Amino acid sequence: MGSQRRALAVVALGLASLLAGCAAPEPWVKPYERERLADPIMRLSRDALADKHREHIYDVRESARGATGVQGGGCGCN
Amino acid sequence: MVATSGSSIWMRRLRRALARRPHHLMRAGRALGVVGGVMAAGGAYAIDLPEDRADAMYHFYDGGGTRADGPALLIRKKVADRLSISGSYFIDSVSNASIDVVTTASPYKEKRTEYSLGADYVYRDAQVSLSGTTSDEPDYKANSVSLDVSQEVFGGMTTISLGASRGADHVGSRYEGMFDRAQHWRYRFGVTQILTPRWLMSANLEAISDNGYLGNPYRVAQVFGTLVQERYPRTRSSRALKLRAVGDIGQGEQRAALRAEYRYFWDNWEIKAHTLEVGYTRYFGAEWLGEAFVRYNTQKQALFYSDNAQSETLYVSRNKQLSDFNDVGIGAKATYSAGKIADKFDVKWNAQYQFMRFRYKNFTDIRTHGLYSFDANILELFVSATF
Repeated sequence: MGSQRRALAVVALGLASLLAGCAAPEPWVKPYERERLADPIMRLSRDALADKHREHIYDVRESARGATGVQGGGCGCN
Repeated sequence: MVATSGSSIWMRRLRRALARRPHHLMRAGRALGVVGGVMAAGGAYAIDLPEDRADAMYHFYDGGGTRADGPALLIRKKVADRLSISGSYFIDSVSNASIDVVTTASPYKEKRTEYSLGADYVYRDAQVSLSGTTSDEPDYKANSVSLDVSQEVFGGMTTISLGASRGADHVGSRYEGMFDRAQHWRYRFGVTQILTPRWLMSANLEAISDNGYLGNPYRVAQVFGTLVQERYPRTRSSRALKLRAVGDIGQGEQRAALRAEYRYFWDNWEIKAHTLEVGYTRYFGAEWLGEAFVRYNTQKQALFYSDNAQSETLYVSRNKQLSDFNDVGIGAKATYSAGKIADKFDVKWNAQYQFMRFRYKNFTDIRTHGLYSFDANILELFVSATF
């Protein structure tokens, strides 16, 4: 029991000494470096209405559904 | 209702941030000290609302004996500093002579009408979206509400989103009227992360829970070569995980984006599916934008699926959507920017086409006893205006 506590103390001290050299990570891509990311071609969904049509077609014909990153549900699919 | 995803929130924010120059940030940093500098680069400003926009679309699907087409409209408008509302209208005119229908019943036509209303509210680095959808066809009525919240953190590099939807359906048939109900719950969680000045990625997880009548009153199963009414479980629990990455691979002034998406889906009917999509988008001059993409989906059958069951079981279905199959799609999209009209409306004309091929591994055409497959053509023509 005592040896377990000593081992834990050593691990805790070791971790503390490792973390002592670290600062909290800062955002590494500054707003003024995001010009290319702001272009419309970088959007995950550019045209909501066309994407909705596409998702409806997939939902009706494939079993997989969900996790598209948009609100869903409500289609009559039988 | 399709609402803006977390990723588009920070896209809007990026455009706003780009209006500010690096030296402005440095000046702010000097004036306010190190903490102030970090704040200026980080989350000291509110998110912009989605831009005002109107879309009018004609959509078309033709494949496997089913043809569906119709118009769709979407309009979104800011009504206050922090509030934007949206509405959409979607018509599906369906002419159904699919293999399920022609082998067991008569082809039919029907119309589905869907209305959606939504509201987006922004406060500092957060956005709250509420929407409601109602879908109506003669033998199926569906209503749903959704609530989503997203929050930017870590200097705008990370967006976290949480959401839930609740759906309630009335299920019927042309012969019996409305005879049963179904309910759906959806819970979703997503993270979008800027990786480098050129690359970002997102991860989305969604859990879906359904109960009630989940089958189709027109479809039949086959047991010992005899056609019988299909028997579905009344509950289903599904999970989906989707990973996406998109990057700008253009050189110099040229902008070109490469995107890759992968989704793994699994549920307690023992269906497992993998979906992969890769797309490439680039500008052709100042007015044209072109996109090409390929998509592949493969799935393993549900536990109770059988083309022709050789034993009596509690549940049995011959729904080809639950069988072993794969489908591939290849598509292209072109966008033409027509410029400003009436000094206010930024108009774009769009055309998108996709060819799909479905190949079933254990679903046969009972007329020929051969494995079934079909091709589909999908088209969207739409004009959009931002203002």
